[in-house]
Amino acid sequence: MIKITQWIVVTLVLCLSVSVAFSQGLAPPSNVTAVDTPNDDGSSITIKWDTAAEDSGVSGYQILRQIADGELEAIGDLLPVEATSYVDSAIEQGTAYSYVVRAVDETEATVDSDQTAPVEGKDQWFHTGKVPLLITMLLFSAAILWNIYDARRGKDIFVRRIPGLEAVDEAIGRATEMGRSILYSTGLGGVSGVATIASMTILAQVARRTADYETALRVPCRDPIVLNVVREMVKTAYLEEGRPDAYNEDDIFFVTNSQFAYAAGVEGMMLRERPAAIFLQGTFYAESLILAETGNSVGAIQIAGTDSEHQLPFFIAACDYTLIGEELYAASAYLSREPMLLGSLRGQDWGKLLIFSAIILGVALELSGISWITTLLQRVN
Amino acid sequence: MDLWSSIGIWVAAFLTLSIYSVLYRDNPFYRFAEHLFVGVSVGYGIVLSIYQGFIPFAWKPFTAAMTGESLTGFIKLIPIGIGLLFFARLSPRHTWLIRYPIAILIGFGSGIAIPNVLRANIFEQTRGTIEPFAAIYAGTLAGWGIFEAVLMVVGVVCTLIYFFFSTEHRGPVKWLSKVGIAFLMIGFGSAFGNTVMGRVALLIQRVDFLLSDWLHIIQ
Repeated sequence: MIKITQWIVVTLVLCLSVSVAFSQGLAPPSNVTAVDTPNDDGSSITIKWDTAAEDSGVSGYQILRQIADGELEAIGDLLPVEATSYVDSAIEQGTAYSYVVRAVDETEATVDSDQTAPVEGKDQWFHTGKVPLLITMLLFSAAILWNIYDARRGKDIFVRRIPGLEAVDEAIGRATEMGRSILYSTGLGGVSGVATIASMTILAQVARRTADYETALRVPCRDPIVLNVVREMVKTAYLEEGRPDAYNEDDIFFVTNSQFAYAAGVEGMMLRERPAAIFLQGTFYAESLILAETGNSVGAIQIAGTDSEHQLPFFIAACDYTLIGEELYAASAYLSREPMLLGSLRGQDWGKLLIFSAIILGVALELSGISWITTLLQRVN
Repeated sequence: MDLWSSIGIWVAAFLTLSIYSVLYRDNPFYRFAEHLFVGVSVGYGIVLSIYQGFIPFAWKPFTAAMTGESLTGFIKLIPIGIGLLFFARLSPRHTWLIRYPIAILIGFGSGIAIPNVLRANIFEQTRGTIEPFAAIYAGTLAGWGIFEAVLMVVGVVCTLIYFFFSTEHRGPVKWLSKVGIAFLMIGFGSAFGNTVMGRVALLIQRVDFLLSDWLHIIQ
């Protein structure tokens, strides 16, 4: 009996010794620093430390935080051994925090790093990481402004043929001859969507022609703000054409802001009113094929345009003409031939030339082992 | 199953069939379902706007400011005032005031959208096109991987050329832009197939509802 008790005691002592010996080998995380996270609104502090050596026995890290003279408290979950940083986003501005990084091993033995100096989260007004983005935007803007200036001085700016836009007059003419209306949908996008803005500028050009031809232009809207902008634009177009009497505000109306209810409503309109021409321009989602197929079934000439790449195949399949992506943005310049829009279009082409050159140069440099273009592009994130 | 659940299933089945009836032609059942759908969605949208927009973002901060609870609520008077300008269209004499909130909204929206579009659609895409060539230099990419990297550059460059509007497409530009449009069409074809599969899944879900929950033909 005594022997068994002795064995148990010896075994326990041995286990304890091994555990202590092992935990003694566990090195504390080194070079632990806590700094205010750069380029943020002061809502976080970043804690960093060096990678643990492979044979260190560390299996994870726990971050501990202290506010002023308070107790150290554990924050967040246990971090994996590969972690070398942690962002504490649960802080208040104006409060100083200090941190300890606790290394934990498989036996849950722990060892703490030195406590960092107290640090406060501060907001930055300027995001230095976005400087390349700013430079690119300035370059693009300069190219556009230069070309607008050029166009306004009377320089002739060439715009290549876009078949979908050449059909606009044909569609309006057809509706006029048939004595039927034109249906124009600006899609589901909000007023700040690039495609919606492009769609509204095309609509203004279409409205000029419908004012001339006295053709009814029906615009069902999904967004109340888009509705107001569209009414203003169409009204201005009718005024500029000297036909304010032909403008009917009730032809531009709100349907609903629900996606499929809007699709059902517009589909019903197509079936009952049987418009001779249908324009589907802007941002579209899953309802694109419902609208395009119904328009096709009533025999309308359809001109679609969107930058939603997943909906383009449906428009290409079901519509007579489709403006693909950037053709939608180019449409207003193409239709109006206004110097400002033409200049802007050529400025955008210069931007594309810049991207083109960056790709060719980037590929050549990468093949030579120089990767400063990719590093620069990476920095923007 | 309780009575209300059964009524719900019958109403859902009736409305599903009413909506599908448009595949034959426009008819009173479709019109009823369409108008009900539009009306319910507008009503729901208005309630949602009041409870998720007006009350938390305008009414509560404003009343808190009025009662002296939090004076920062007075700042909300600026956007509230700008929003109220939308009602200027109700007065023909003051309808021009609506241009201010519209200009602010478009300017604000563009300001937020343009940097993000530049970063996600230009910087990231350019980097993604160039980056595999670093792996080719390092010797970690070979065979099929090299072919894919070259194909991607050819596709991007030719598609970019297609979207040049201020240059006449003739000579080499014409042929390169034709290659570009071919790449686009291959992409659209693949997206078409992918999306159709998703839509078929939606149809199966509806048919499953009709046959299982409504008619109990399948379990």
